[in-house]
Amino acid sequence: MAAPLTLLLILAVTIRAALYRSSLADLIAERVEVVSPLTAWKRVVEGLALLDLGVSPYAGDVFHETPLIIYLFHFLVDYAEITFMVSAINDVFVVPIQFRKQKYALEAERYPLDCLELIRSPKEMYYIPLKVAMFYLLNPFTILSCVAKSTCGLNNAVIALFILTTIKGNVLLSAIFLSLATYQSIYPLTLCAPALLYLTQRQYIPVNFRRFSFWWFVAQYAFMYLGSLFVMICLSFFLLGSWDYLPSVYGFILSVPDLTPNIGLFWYFFAEMFEHFRLFFLCVFQINIFFYTIPLSIKLKEHPVFLIFMQLAVISIFKSYPTVGDIALYLAFLPVWSHLHRFLRNIFLVSCVLLACSALFPVLWHLWIYAGSANSNFYYAITLLFNVAQILLVSDYFYAFLRREHHLSYGLYLKRKDGSEATLVLK
Amino acid sequence: MGLLSDPNRRRALISLLTRLNAPICVVCYMAGVVWFMGLAFEPFTLRTYMSENAMGSTMVEERFPSGERALATGREFAAHKKKVGGMPVDWLVKTMQARGLEVFTQTFSRTLPFPDENKERYMVKGTNVYGILRAPRAPRTEALVLSAPCTQGDHNNQAVGLLLGLAQYFRNQIYWAKDIIFLINEHDLIGMQAWLEGYHHTNTTGMDWSPLQGRGGSIQAALSLELSSDVITSMDLVLEGLNGQLPNLDLANLFYAFCQKIGVLCTIQGKLQRNDWDSVSGYSHSVQTMMLMVMKQASGRPWGDHGLFLRYHIEAATIKGINSFRQYKTDTNTIGRLLEGMYRKLNNLLERLHQSYFFYLMPSLSHFVSIGYYMPAFGLLAVILLLRALDLWVQLASPPPGTEDGVVDTEQMWSPDVLSVLTPLVISHLTGVALYYLPIHFQKMALEHFPVSDTEAVVLTAIAVYTAGLALPHNTHRFVSGEGTEHGWRVLKLVAVLYLAVLLGCTALINFSLGFILALTLVPVAAFVTPHVPKVPSAFVLVILSPACTLLFSVFFFQELQEVPISFQDGWVLYLSVISQGILDHSLYGSLVYPLIALLVYPCWLLFWNILFWE
Repeated sequence: MAAPLTLLLILAVTIRAALYRSSLADLIAERVEVVSPLTAWKRVVEGLALLDLGVSPYAGDVFHETPLIIYLFHFLVDYAEITFMVSAINDVFVVPIQFRKQKYALEAERYPLDCLELIRSPKEMYYIPLKVAMFYLLNPFTILSCVAKSTCGLNNAVIALFILTTIKGNVLLSAIFLSLATYQSIYPLTLCAPALLYLTQRQYIPVNFRRFSFWWFVAQYAFMYLGSLFVMICLSFFLLGSWDYLPSVYGFILSVPDLTPNIGLFWYFFAEMFEHFRLFFLCVFQINIFFYTIPLSIKLKEHPVFLIFMQLAVISIFKSYPTVGDIALYLAFLPVWSHLHRFLRNIFLVSCVLLACSALFPVLWHLWIYAGSANSNFYYAITLLFNVAQILLVSDYFYAFLRREHHLSYGLYLKRKDGSEATLVLK
Repeated sequence: MGLLSDPNRRRALISLLTRLNAPICVVCYMAGVVWFMGLAFEPFTLRTYMSENAMGSTMVEERFPSGERALATGREFAAHKKKVGGMPVDWLVKTMQARGLEVFTQTFSRTLPFPDENKERYMVKGTNVYGILRAPRAPRTEALVLSAPCTQGDHNNQAVGLLLGLAQYFRNQIYWAKDIIFLINEHDLIGMQAWLEGYHHTNTTGMDWSPLQGRGGSIQAALSLELSSDVITSMDLVLEGLNGQLPNLDLANLFYAFCQKIGVLCTIQGKLQRNDWDSVSGYSHSVQTMMLMVMKQASGRPWGDHGLFLRYHIEAATIKGINSFRQYKTDTNTIGRLLEGMYRKLNNLLERLHQSYFFYLMPSLSHFVSIGYYMPAFGLLAVILLLRALDLWVQLASPPPGTEDGVVDTEQMWSPDVLSVLTPLVISHLTGVALYYLPIHFQKMALEHFPVSDTEAVVLTAIAVYTAGLALPHNTHRFVSGEGTEHGWRVLKLVAVLYLAVLLGCTALINFSLGFILALTLVPVAAFVTPHVPKVPSAFVLVILSPACTLLFSVFFFQELQEVPISFQDGWVLYLSVISQGILDHSLYGSLVYPLIALLVYPCWLLFWNILFWE
């Protein structure tokens, strides 16, 4: 296990180092698919320059990262490449460890005998961390995002740390990392629900709204979460000496003033929309992200880890400035659900579409911006297709997960009343 | 969404698609070819029409009077050119200044990676001369360009004469709202490249040029003029630019409209328009015209001096005067009026030309096929790849009969599979990289050891690498992973087929013609290759349909279309020079066809070659 992981790390670091040194790095750092106005390294450098001059880094409406990030890079700017590499590797060390001890023993007792083939053997479980590491480190999306020095890599690292601490059952650290993630980009707020569900499950507190112990735990967690969030916000204030950063970071995320094309759904809609509908649709689009938390938490309250995956996917699809780095984070979880592969229905179609879209992004961008022969509709069509494919992928995994649960409780080979083989239909 | 969620209907559809896979593929291929051939049939095409409002309804009057004087200037230019033995820079500067233009010169030099035998040049040094007529009517934010190349020998003197005549005439008019730049470029495309890079402050190809001293506004449109005789019978329009880019169709419409108005015979691809579309010969005429355009576009090289403008988002075309044996001749006055009319209409533009089509094929000057009509032809070919991929996927997903617990088996088979797929992928791409880099870098060594010329050294190295690649991949992967499995080649083929589909799709979007020609030859290969087909005949078919052979056939086909058939011997020489031109175009102007073929298409084809010899 250690040897292949080391090899993998060496390979990943070599690829990144080679790309940093090549002429491609500048090209990649300019791609709209890889960097967003929030995460672009160019903007961080601009912010740093302003900070050095004694001007607020948020003056000039270029820099939109949080104050902690800029102070981090204030000290690390010479080692930026190393920082991004470390953050990528950090993700890898962190993400895989967690899934080691899924509830194999627990499941084996409970379910009918013919379901045994649905349950993963310990041997398969053993390789999952390595596969996750491979999926994350060698994913072209992660490599691109890392080479472009997109700060998205740091956000991913924070979220990965949050997942790790949650699964290890460390309530305090989990709350701190969650608040750090929220501080970075608001949307991870929705990960509160799975974290609570997981931690209550771990501490054998029943999720029951009439029980005091449940509310007591929620209050504790909320206190830790809000407390550390408060500390961070105040710290930012004291570092900068002004509240400039609130509208410049969170206002920027929520009100989407920058309509540079990206792989998300916002830019085209809001570029085309009449100004007086803007606020309404802004609310609709933003609520979209938070809204799925409730039904998903109810449906998946037994399976908080899967819920985390679903939430991450929803965030990266619907957030206002998505980049390929966000997608890479939830794609890294896919090997964890390798036991669902037999129930997936559209995986071939979806992976073909994702592949084709990834190749078509730069082509249509070239035709639109450089050749001038295509227009924004071409590019947006591909964006739309890309997002539809992602949604299909996620819903496919969701369906497969539910179906596995169904089979676990009712047996793998379902029979109709007359004895013929039955099929499950989703309607 | 019923299809995506209802398992019964899905199963029915998938079983239908896998059972009838081969017939559906054949039908799709036929349908694609028939669709493409049908594009040239006139009732299926659209008539061209002027979309741009500013150029459509406005009236302009053409009254260029001084054709004779322009010809006299041309003769004077020819005399000076002969005396200097190149571009008569001083004379041009003086003449342009006498005509009231702001005149500037730009020097440039460029060393080619290897000597160009077609044009006999290696170390190129030259000067561009251009004069700017400042717009009297508007702020000087926009410009139009009229250029004429200064070529060696007796060519193109009339074009320069007419250009200077027009400059003098335009100077006296008061209605210009855009700067007009009169450019005389030396060494055709190299000079043009230097001038454009200087104008836009870019340097993409590493050429040395002196910076421009004077500049107009942003260039809206450009025409390049080629004229080598005092009287002409027809005007020919050349549209194909770098990487198969085409100018906005409105530019072609403008040319056509003025030819109609003034009564000049006009051609495209040197083919006159015919009215008998319902006869066989009429149809074959328009097929011929369209195929010529497809072949030229697929080559990805600029077919006139205008070709490089397109990269800077400037609509441009080349206009050639042709003097054939027809009775009816047009004099220089009329050509001058034609150009005057076109420039006056372009002068009326309020925004860049964008109303009309950018993606089109022209079976005649009055008809065009838009992207919506020609893309299905490509789509039908691409669908074959997806169907084959689906078929392979289904075969891979269903566990082989005999083993009960498929899950564990595939898990175990997976890890060697990754290796056996990765090895050919990496090796074939390395071969591609070698094909891309070696010919230019190894020409010195080849020159020392073999009695060949520089160009031959480059081309023959390329062919040698290409052929060596055929032997390489299937020998090495056996080293690494032992015997190939049944499962292994299916995975490899799935990867290769999807790779090809994405590659061809992207190519067809940028350069439809190239994508379609490659699809025409590579799709059958991708569809039928398995390790179980008879080796020798299939290897033969595979080689015949490989990219290099496609190019060879294209050369003969192109000559056939131009009605100058050549012998095999000459064809081979031409083929070699086409390859060297392709490499030169890449390093001089940044044409993408050579790297595309070397780095992506050829490795992809090698994967199929690899599958055939999978043991």
